[in-house]
Amino acid sequence: MLRPRAGRVVAGVAQGAAAQLRLDPVVLRLAFVLLTILDGVGVVAYAALWMFTATEQQEHPDRAGSRDWGQVAAYGLLGFAFGALALVSGAAAGGLAMWPIAVGGIGSLILWQQAEPGRRQKWMTSTVGRVRATWVRSGIGLLLVGVGVVGFLAAQDQLAQASTGLVFTAVVLGGVALIAAPWLAGLWRELQKERTERIRQEERAEVAAHVHDSVLHTLTLIQRAAHDPREVTRLARSQERDLRNWLYMPKQDADATLAAAVRRAAAEEEDAHGVPIEIVCVGDCDLDDGLRAMVHASRQAMVNAAKYSESPVVSVYLEVEPDEATVFVRDRGKGFVLDDVPDDRMGIRQSIIGRMERFGGTGRVKTAPGEGTEIMLTMKRTTG
Amino acid sequence: MKTVRVLIVDDHRLFRSGVRAELGPSIQVVGEAEDVESAVATIAELEPDVVLLDVHMPGGGGVEVLRRVLGSGAQVRFLALSVSDAAEDVIGVIRGGARGYVTKTISGAELTDAISRVADGDAVFSPRLAGFVLDAFASTEAPPIDPELDSLTQREREVLRLIARGYAYKEIAKELFISVKTVETHVSSVLRKLQLSNRHELSRWATARRLV
Repeated sequence: MLRPRAGRVVAGVAQGAAAQLRLDPVVLRLAFVLLTILDGVGVVAYAALWMFTATEQQEHPDRAGSRDWGQVAAYGLLGFAFGALALVSGAAAGGLAMWPIAVGGIGSLILWQQAEPGRRQKWMTSTVGRVRATWVRSGIGLLLVGVGVVGFLAAQDQLAQASTGLVFTAVVLGGVALIAAPWLAGLWRELQKERTERIRQEERAEVAAHVHDSVLHTLTLIQRAAHDPREVTRLARSQERDLRNWLYMPKQDADATLAAAVRRAAAEEEDAHGVPIEIVCVGDCDLDDGLRAMVHASRQAMVNAAKYSESPVVSVYLEVEPDEATVFVRDRGKGFVLDDVPDDRMGIRQSIIGRMERFGGTGRVKTAPGEGTEIMLTMKRTTG
Repeated sequence: MKTVRVLIVDDHRLFRSGVRAELGPSIQVVGEAEDVESAVATIAELEPDVVLLDVHMPGGGGVEVLRRVLGSGAQVRFLALSVSDAAEDVIGVIRGGARGYVTKTISGAELTDAISRVADGDAVFSPRLAGFVLDAFASTEAPPIDPELDSLTQREREVLRLIARGYAYKEIAKELFISVKTVETHVSSVLRKLQLSNRHELSRWATARRLV
């Protein structure tokens, strides 16, 4: 909306608004005058629009200052007459009841004229389209507006009861809201659609980034390590585990539960030693000091199996029962004779059995040359 | 030992040829299929002893093949083979009628062994599947509706635990002082319970627990 310089009466506000709304400027001028009578709302509205509206670029400088002073006087007189009439009849003291309408009206006018022409067009067409599509809703809305106006006018006769006026103002606003609802809903839906689309794009970008950083990277490493089957297996398994976790596992803290901690230990030792560690977990529980010691002991057992047994694969089985947790670490490697292990070797006696016993658990080793080794760790549970 | 006639159903050609190359001399691969439609048609035509069935395939996956072939009353045995370790896939395909479930990382010798076992009418449980079953039957929240089907015996539990620990059937037999045939009987019995039990936790459990 722009204020034209030519043909203005005061500042061109009414003319500009009229051009915008495709109405006769006279109608708007009268409206401003009438509103002015009611607590001077018209003046406030005029001033507000004056401030927020840009002046039209001068196309005809010669006509710039021409102001029809006769019209100014006419509208002034009209306002004066209505004002006197209102004062005599007491309508000017409409008071509080008028303010919501005034504020709302001025607000929407400002919003309207501040908006981009294109968006205004969209608002208009979508509103009109929906209004057409929902005759019932519009009808009820108009009815409410009507009732509100009538009620408002009726309330003017009982000025002492300004609250009644307020009620009817609310009714009017309700009607307006009902008319505007489809448009607001449409706007909301559009917003949601945009948001969903954005989230989807972000997810796609995240997947692409992950595939690039991990999978493609690993594939490159595999090509470079093609001469070393063990390294290729290690890379492939490590990537597989990583991808599975990313795809299926809920994001969890590896230090929070027993199963997660044992899985992490197995993954790390598999990576470190290049021997597949198959892990099966039944049940789960929170960690405590004893169970944490058991995780350390099972890690040591996995390290031993991967490093010394020469077994192609290590099996780890964790079972959590109501009162205790058990871990089995098994390989099908060369095995050994337990009594032949020198006392100064820390691995089995201290890191595994000793550690378990310090926390009130047990560690047992079952092995024989050529039969593989199985280490069984049991710990009482104290957590839920 | 008579040769076992096998059909490989998988939508990855590279994988089919890889399996074909790895299988031992006791296995004769009679055909391949790459989706549900061709699998159903080829099974009807060739009547293989064992079908190696991929779980994820275009057109409904392994479960759809099981439904259509076993629904028609054909006497074919299925061994499910998958990259997925998701509980709902494993439990789904077993309840659909497969006699066993192994992952694609299995070695050629182990796969040959598993196929022979399935051909003999026994069940094949990977350590992971054994873990799933123990987990699924472990919860004691609801009382079993049919005690015979809805719970495992102490012996079955022991056998499953040993499978989960990585023991082969022969090693289990030695450990428990029973014959391999008895181990097979226990595993088949567990398979039957898994397929027939109406234990209402089973499906819910499998869905809730997507992967181990």
